[in-house]
Amino acid sequence: MTSDIAAILGIDGIATGAVYALVAIGTVLIFTVTRVIFIPFGDIAAFTALTLAALDAKRFPGTGALVVILACLATLIEIISLIRAGEIRLLPRALLFYLVLPLAVVGAAWLTMRAEPPLAVRLVLALMLITPIAPLLDRIVFRPIADGSVLLLLTVSVALHYALVGLGLLFFGPEGVRTEPLTSFSAEFAGVLVSGQTMLIVIAALVFSGLLYLFFDFTLVGKSLRATAVNRTGSRLMGIRPARAGTIAYLLGSLMAGVSGILIAPVNTVFYDSGFLIGLKAFVGAIVGGMTSYPGAAIGAVGVGILESFASFESSALKDVIVFSLLIPILIWRSLASLHSEEEIEE
Amino acid sequence: MSEMFSMTDVTVCYDNVEAVRNVSLSIEEGQIVTVIGPNGAGKTTLLMAAIGLLASRGRMVFQGNDIGKMSVEDRVERRLCLVPEKRELFSDMSVADNLLLGSYSLRDRSGVQTTLGEVYDRFPRLKERQRQAAGTLSGGERQMLALGRALMAKPKLLMLDEPSLGLAPLIVREIFRTIASLRDLGVSILLVEQNARAALETADYGYVLETGEIVQSGPAKDLIHDPKLITAYLGGH
Repeated sequence: MTSDIAAILGIDGIATGAVYALVAIGTVLIFTVTRVIFIPFGDIAAFTALTLAALDAKRFPGTGALVVILACLATLIEIISLIRAGEIRLLPRALLFYLVLPLAVVGAAWLTMRAEPPLAVRLVLALMLITPIAPLLDRIVFRPIADGSVLLLLTVSVALHYALVGLGLLFFGPEGVRTEPLTSFSAEFAGVLVSGQTMLIVIAALVFSGLLYLFFDFTLVGKSLRATAVNRTGSRLMGIRPARAGTIAYLLGSLMAGVSGILIAPVNTVFYDSGFLIGLKAFVGAIVGGMTSYPGAAIGAVGVGILESFASFESSALKDVIVFSLLIPILIWRSLASLHSEEEIEE
Repeated sequence: MSEMFSMTDVTVCYDNVEAVRNVSLSIEEGQIVTVIGPNGAGKTTLLMAAIGLLASRGRMVFQGNDIGKMSVEDRVERRLCLVPEKRELFSDMSVADNLLLGSYSLRDRSGVQTTLGEVYDRFPRLKERQRQAAGTLSGGERQMLALGRALMAKPKLLMLDEPSLGLAPLIVREIFRTIASLRDLGVSILLVEQNARAALETADYGYVLETGEIVQSGPAKDLIHDPKLITAYLGGH
């Protein structure tokens, strides 16, 4: 391998890793606030790419119908649980959040689409349509078992992924899509040609990570999310509602997954079931970061991207095997490291 | 004085075991009430039920409203606050962020900075350490932070669970002085303590809880001279 090839592979790896980083940060965000390892995050990214492709083709995406069905289901469940708890006074708010808002988003997207909007508006529409999905799934699937063990939540999360893959086939069909590049710009750095799309991916990952950092450090809502992640009982005693914190975490997480879906769509052909590998590789990155550290997850995800890039050059068929084999030494190292720190605490 | 908080025939169960049985107590506005008793008597359970972390039977009224079925968060929004035995601080976050989160439940945020200034005046040590992570504080400082964080919510009733637990005698005196001074702010206090002498010296009224039941109650100044209590809890003969 020459240095030129190494540089190209390195840049390619950083770009892929940046996409994984966005999903990994979302995964850590959801896990720390709700204890759910949200496996379907990759599906959300893939669905965003499919949504954008449908909008590009001037078709109303299946995401709209998916959101409507999930909104109706979530509303029904919320109404039943409010009636059981004798909290009828909260019904108008439940209807607003679980029914009116998601339906308004779908309605607004449908109306805007008829005007054949430019690419920038289509990007916003794709993100708007995708963001309600994870919070609605949270209400339908995870809220009733919120106090369950992490293992139970993970098992349900895996089952939910398979359900979403089925729904993806139903709503988007079996065809793969590749959207038009967001920019045709390219520039040469140290003799290596870097496409504008690659730069955009890295810049978007940096900007969104930075925005998330500002949100967590400088807003009361961001701090309340961190508090819920650090100490659930303590945060409840401050009046922070875990369910609301979870909804915000799912909204933010889906936004990150949505952005990564938009970024990956012009580079890779995305199918209804492409999300699993994206989510799983981001998960490997998140594990490198210990599932609780945002910078750790981002660095881990970029590392996974670079490893995948070099692995695909050496042996395209074995690239996934190499990436997932990385998990074994990392988990051994992590378990040894945590054992060591526990011993220190006991001292 | 009007009644701030009352419990009537409150029972709390862990599975089928009754940890607290038919407890009734009341707290007037601006009053410090203490519940003393041995380890395992159900004191912490009683406070956990009062804040809503544990389900209970019986009636609980706070400022004229039945709060028995309300969530923890709804009770906190009505300014009923608990400083738990374990403090439950946000250890990875700074002292300043911990305090700020104490004010999370306040809808009117205009006075937050003033309240923060007041908390810093009351606990200058917290101001010195405002950028430090809560997890790095000493035991006494943690208790100050837990108290300060609760004060940020402008509580009407502050429930304190073993505030002197694990602290050096000098710090214990400082904490009890602070608790007594809160009365001047008009805050009602329900104080649960194993350090019965310090608690009765600070409180206006006391209840004695044994094996989940109230076995004695009366003005604190009377209880502190009760021969039976002196033998059982106050270290005298």
